[in-house]
Amino acid sequence: MRVLDALLPWAALVVMLLAQWLIFVVVPTEAQMGIVQRIFYFHVPAAWATFLCFFVVAGASAVYLWKGSRAADRLALASAEVGVLFCTLVLVTGPIWARPIWGVWWTWDPRLTMTVILWAIYAGYLMLRAFGGADEAVARYAAVLGIVGVLDIPVIRVSVRLLHGIHPAVLTTKEGGSGLTDPMMRTTLYVASLAMLLLAAWLVALRVRTARLEAEVVGLRRELDHV
Amino acid sequence: MSDNLGYLFAAYTAVWLGIFLYVRRLARRGRELEDEIRDLRRRIES
Repeated sequence: MRVLDALLPWAALVVMLLAQWLIFVVVPTEAQMGIVQRIFYFHVPAAWATFLCFFVVAGASAVYLWKGSRAADRLALASAEVGVLFCTLVLVTGPIWARPIWGVWWTWDPRLTMTVILWAIYAGYLMLRAFGGADEAVARYAAVLGIVGVLDIPVIRVSVRLLHGIHPAVLTTKEGGSGLTDPMMRTTLYVASLAMLLLAAWLVALRVRTARLEAEVVGLRRELDHV
Repeated sequence: MSDNLGYLFAAYTAVWLGIFLYVRRLARRGRELEDEIRDLRRRIES
């Protein structure tokens, strides 16, 4: 595990540098949207990192409810925090792309709306953890919220097609797609996504370490009270 | 196209600034907790 912790930041750095080279030097400029389309290579990977983090929250929360594992609870908390960070980046970079392409910063498109709801659910999770105290019941309520919240992700995925939103489906060749037909554009998107997932994994590992230290402080304070 | 370069720059800056601030916050919090753990151990042992 320690080897993995040591390798993760370096792996993230190398793949991230490769992604930056592809995004700014190699990949061709998209014909209709122009240079602003390159925002896709941050925005979409950040969205995938968000989804991965929230799936980890749900999985770790289920393990916590089932086995009472504090390590699983710490992983859920860490993944929720990193997931909210990446979801915030999605909600910031999306409007920056939308302004020159759609002519507006924001529209209540189904996918955008469901993404805001996803952000609010997990921001609520973090508030519950931050202000609810160290009570075991608070951790259990948060775990339930972490599991229920992940149900929003499939809705976000299908909202482009089923709810007739205007948000582009990036990886499609059907009508209404984003135009990522060039193989190099797809390769760049995959490399950028791998870089973002490695970065997210490293941040989660860092946050888990902090959560472990916080637990140690609580234990030592209790010990000091009994001395 | 040059007008839109500003949007690309803004998005890129937002992503890296957000990640940088979060890593800095985690590093600072980690240092504070390690200091506190050292202090608590010293107090328990004395």
